[in-house]
Amino acid sequence: MKRAARLLVFYAGLFALWTLLAELKIWPPYLFPTPRGVGEALYAGFQDHSFLIAIAVSMRRVLIGYAISVVLGMILGLGLGTSKFLEETMGGLLVSLQSLPSICWWPLALLWFGLSQNAILFVVVMGSLLSVTLAMEDGRKQMPKIYGMAGRNLGANGFRLFWYVLLPASLPFIVSGLKQGWAFAWRSLITAEMLYLSLGLGQVLMMGRDLNDMSAVIAVMILIIAIGYVVDGLVFKSMESRLQRRWGLTSST
Amino acid sequence: MSTKAHNFPVQIPLPIDPRTPSRINGTRGKAASTVAALPLRGVSSDVPKVGLNDICLSYRTESGERILALDHINLQVKTGEFLCIVGPSGCGKSTLLHLIAGLHQPTSGEVLVDGKEVEGPGTDRILIFQELGLFPWLTVGDNVQFGMKMKGVGKAEREEKTRYYLRLVHLSQFKDSYTHQLSGGMRQRVALARALATEPDVLLMDEPFAALDAQTRDLLHDELERIWTETGCTIIFVTHNVREAIRLGDRVALLTFRPGRVKREFPVFLPRPRSLEDPNVARAASEILAELREEINRSLEVEYSVGVKPHVEAGVRS
Repeated sequence: MKRAARLLVFYAGLFALWTLLAELKIWPPYLFPTPRGVGEALYAGFQDHSFLIAIAVSMRRVLIGYAISVVLGMILGLGLGTSKFLEETMGGLLVSLQSLPSICWWPLALLWFGLSQNAILFVVVMGSLLSVTLAMEDGRKQMPKIYGMAGRNLGANGFRLFWYVLLPASLPFIVSGLKQGWAFAWRSLITAEMLYLSLGLGQVLMMGRDLNDMSAVIAVMILIIAIGYVVDGLVFKSMESRLQRRWGLTSST
Repeated sequence: MSTKAHNFPVQIPLPIDPRTPSRINGTRGKAASTVAALPLRGVSSDVPKVGLNDICLSYRTESGERILALDHINLQVKTGEFLCIVGPSGCGKSTLLHLIAGLHQPTSGEVLVDGKEVEGPGTDRILIFQELGLFPWLTVGDNVQFGMKMKGVGKAEREEKTRYYLRLVHLSQFKDSYTHQLSGGMRQRVALARALATEPDVLLMDEPFAALDAQTRDLLHDELERIWTETGCTIIFVTHNVREAIRLGDRVALLTFRPGRVKREFPVFLPRPRSLEDPNVARAASEILAELREEINRSLEVEYSVGVKPHVEAGVRS
């Protein structure tokens, strides 16, 4: 209750400040939109379904790209976690690649995949693959060895050992990496969409810019933040708390 | 095997019970005492259930030093036998179990089960780890089912056997609990049920009761003995507690401290069920303990010289 009240006060204050600054008309509305303008832009966007379509398109892309990242990242991370050679050679390369913004792949992606959705997916995968891989590798290392031994001892091997033992055993250690991977995927997607007529949220945002409609730009920004937040809260938070409950890592709240 | 003669157990005067030497000859179950004289397993008693022949294991430490952990271990375990292995910590007892379980390979020598060389893990030999290794992401029931699931046992049969084995260890009501919700003794019993549910011929136990309080341990001793009698499986039980070894074992093998060798083997002829407080158990234990103490002293000497030295040097320098 107290937390909710604090949040309410904070956001009401923020909103009041924004309204105040906009109403003072220090800057013209096309540079500094009013809350009312943004609200109208949001309403209009949903009214003509352009936002809904954009959200659907973007979500579909990020889900596909993220799924590819997770599968590939698990395989790569598993390889890194089990092979000393791979860890020493590829491990360092992956860490250094992580400092590369995924959008740097865009020119190459365009050449390889053409002006298509696949180019966007490629950038999304490159954005999130590394963090999933590194998280997976880290999880394998942090996971107590006993689980792998116990699994083999009980007759699990090969893929079944991975699927039934190593993966669930390392989940608490990789869930934060999966979450980070999601955030990177989402960011890479929006960036890539802004560079190409693509129907997604990124393009809608750029359309606002082309029309010099800053209210629409801010409306889309709010949407992007909201979706990222909702996925984080609904999917990853509940996954984390379920894991913690199962593993007995949480003191009952 | 040429090693057998050298491996023959040294007999020491222990209280001998005329009714029960049969267990060692490979007969299964409680009924053994009545049919002791019959050569029931004339052939199979020649082939030990588990045979360790000239096992050596060495490994390299981080500093590149080569350490011999096990040195020409020879041990034969008969079908249905309860063998206890005692030794100071660091003698390679646990490693020996890992070798039998097929989780590691010996540097030289062979591990035989039913006369066939062990090539990897198999559900005919289940190891209960000292730290148990229960899966925290599974319920108690799913933990017990795990081995059967890996073996490809059908769901209905799995469910039924899970119920059976949970009842055997008195945990029926905890089928849907997670392991962190259970006490230490209960977790121990889950591990036992999980191991038994794969219906192994050989049960390998690595100091399973070391971390438990005395009452719980006594109870689990009784349960383990009962389950051993009911299932007729072969048990190799590692412990550093000599009394526990006498309480449970048909035979106790004493390992030396680094490198691990079989120092002596002691057959135990006391009537079952035994109790830890039984003076006969205490007397038998004291004889083994005298020999074990030498090894413990040697292990302490090594640990002291390793542990204290840097401290002294640091003191001198400053």
